[in-house]
Amino acid sequence: MSGSLDRLIQLAAKRYGVEAAGLRSEDDVFEKLGIDSFQAVELMSELELEFDVEIPDYELQGVRTFGQLAATIDKRR
Amino acid sequence: MGLSSSVCLDLRRIGSVGEAIRDATVTFKRNDALIEADRNRENGRWTYRELRSEAERFAALVQSHGFVPGDRCAILMQNQAKWPISALGAFWAGATLVPLDYKLTVPEQHALLAHAKPRVLVTEYSRWLDLQREGGPALERMLVLVTEAPENAQLGRALRWESTASGEFRYVARTREDIACIVYSSGTSGTPKGCMLTHDNYLEQAEVLGRLYPIEEQDRYFSVLPTNHAIDFMCGFIVPLLLGAAVVHQRTLRPQYLRASMKKYGITHIALVPTILKNLEERIREKLDELPDWQRRIVDGLTKVNEWVTAREPKHNVSRMLLKPIHDEFGGKLRFIFAGGAFIDPNTARFFYDLGFPVVIGYGLTEASTVATVNDLEPFRPDTVGKPVPGVEIEIRDANEHGVGEVWIRGRTVMKGYLDAPELTREALVDGWLRTGDLGLLDAAGHLKLVGRAKNMIVTEGGKNIYPEDIESNFENLPDCEEYCVFAADFIWPTGKLTGEQLVIVVRPESDEPSEALVLELRKRNRRLPDFKRLAGYVVQTEEFPATASLKIKRNALAERLRTMDRARAIVPLAE
Repeated sequence: MSGSLDRLIQLAAKRYGVEAAGLRSEDDVFEKLGIDSFQAVELMSELELEFDVEIPDYELQGVRTFGQLAATIDKRR
Repeated sequence: MGLSSSVCLDLRRIGSVGEAIRDATVTFKRNDALIEADRNRENGRWTYRELRSEAERFAALVQSHGFVPGDRCAILMQNQAKWPISALGAFWAGATLVPLDYKLTVPEQHALLAHAKPRVLVTEYSRWLDLQREGGPALERMLVLVTEAPENAQLGRALRWESTASGEFRYVARTREDIACIVYSSGTSGTPKGCMLTHDNYLEQAEVLGRLYPIEEQDRYFSVLPTNHAIDFMCGFIVPLLLGAAVVHQRTLRPQYLRASMKKYGITHIALVPTILKNLEERIREKLDELPDWQRRIVDGLTKVNEWVTAREPKHNVSRMLLKPIHDEFGGKLRFIFAGGAFIDPNTARFFYDLGFPVVIGYGLTEASTVATVNDLEPFRPDTVGKPVPGVEIEIRDANEHGVGEVWIRGRTVMKGYLDAPELTREALVDGWLRTGDLGLLDAAGHLKLVGRAKNMIVTEGGKNIYPEDIESNFENLPDCEEYCVFAADFIWPTGKLTGEQLVIVVRPESDEPSEALVLELRKRNRRLPDFKRLAGYVVQTEEFPATASLKIKRNALAERLRTMDRARAIVPLAE
């Protein structure tokens, strides 16, 4: 598991009160956290702070799983 | 300020959208035309004079690569200043514009490019990489202009958008009857519906909207909805640039930056879809709930006072004074929120109006330019989609005893037809009338109320038209399933409302009960769909589906049969 994937899962789990152990790379972010697209946008802002990156909106298009999200963050680091 | 005062837009002698904005670039040459922000930074600012020279450079660039009048120019970009610059340059080179939805998937974008066959494609670097990765024969024939490519990037066949033209710019005049745009209203996997809209369609609409909701030189429109969408194309490109106002773009849609930009640039006009409006409402309500009881009561009291003083028409200054802290959250200068694209919850509209933000509710279809009816706010009516705009006729056809029937529209804003789809055109345009497929009634005051759909389709709260037929291909070869069919649940069980619309799949399992494998597969396939296309649940049918001689499912007959079932019991939810 990549370092950012781990950190990302920890942060998301804490933020939305779900069990981090139950979240896997291939899981759907929206479904597992039970969040809508607005909450996802908030989560992104927090992740940007945490990882000190800026991710343009267009790079998030089509991103659905934790693994894809971690890869998008890694690309910018 | 009254609603019908000030600027009077007269476009009678103007031949095209390009010509109209070209005139404005002279009249308002020193005004700001475009401002582009990216988070807290300002990427750039263009006066009307600068807009003119940039658009001319773009036009010269495509002309130097053999672009001729009538050629098509597709734009596939998020909202940014280069969108209107490219659009304007393309118009001045005599183009038919093809605004594409950047939110579609790459294969869907390829399908629309293959259908539209543009000569030029303008897109962002990252999207160009995606388009190339998935290939597509249509790309071979296009000149691709890429924005924001990193310095050492390999662009393949594409050119940098910023390149200097090798030849001179030649202005190309167009006439009112020429096609200005091909706008896809739906049908990414079925037959694409490319609405052919003429310069006359757009100028007629712009003139009417410019009169109803004047935007002035010092005003600033915040372009948040995708510019490829009919609403932003009209309200966030054509109308403000005709009248000397500025259009502000923010490269990210993160709410905190949107709010910051509204304050920083003193936004006066914005167009939103209901889903964003609803989200804003929730945020404001949360904030109000956090207030100590006594403060909350003051806000309630002030809201009541505001409601009373604005009962006949909006009074912006009074509202801003009374409810200053709330207005400050939105920059303090907001005068109008245009809401359309989907059905708006009347309570949400009323909530904003009472707080002093007039929500202009409209109803329209891409097939009829932008809007066919709007609320004139005299008085505010959150329960209807307003009255037909001048020049547009509405008729309710085949009305039942309650006056409810299909909404038909006629006027100069109605499209010429769908590109290369004569059959779809014949279905949609009948004797000069546009059949909308929406069910409604006209009340005594001439306001249109929408109550449902005559067609098997849904419109999401984000304003997307979804045809169930377009989703069916995602469910081919289901295990242990004899046949299936996707429906808009409200088409089977009409609710009389246009909110909370859902899609359902009707399956006929091989045995009486659906197998575990079938349900698992349904869930899996459903997850792969973008969230706005997902099914809410499945319905089990054990009898054979009614079919035509050629074995096509008779949807209406099947829907009729299902109607006898109890909706709540029939739909098994698919969410996990």
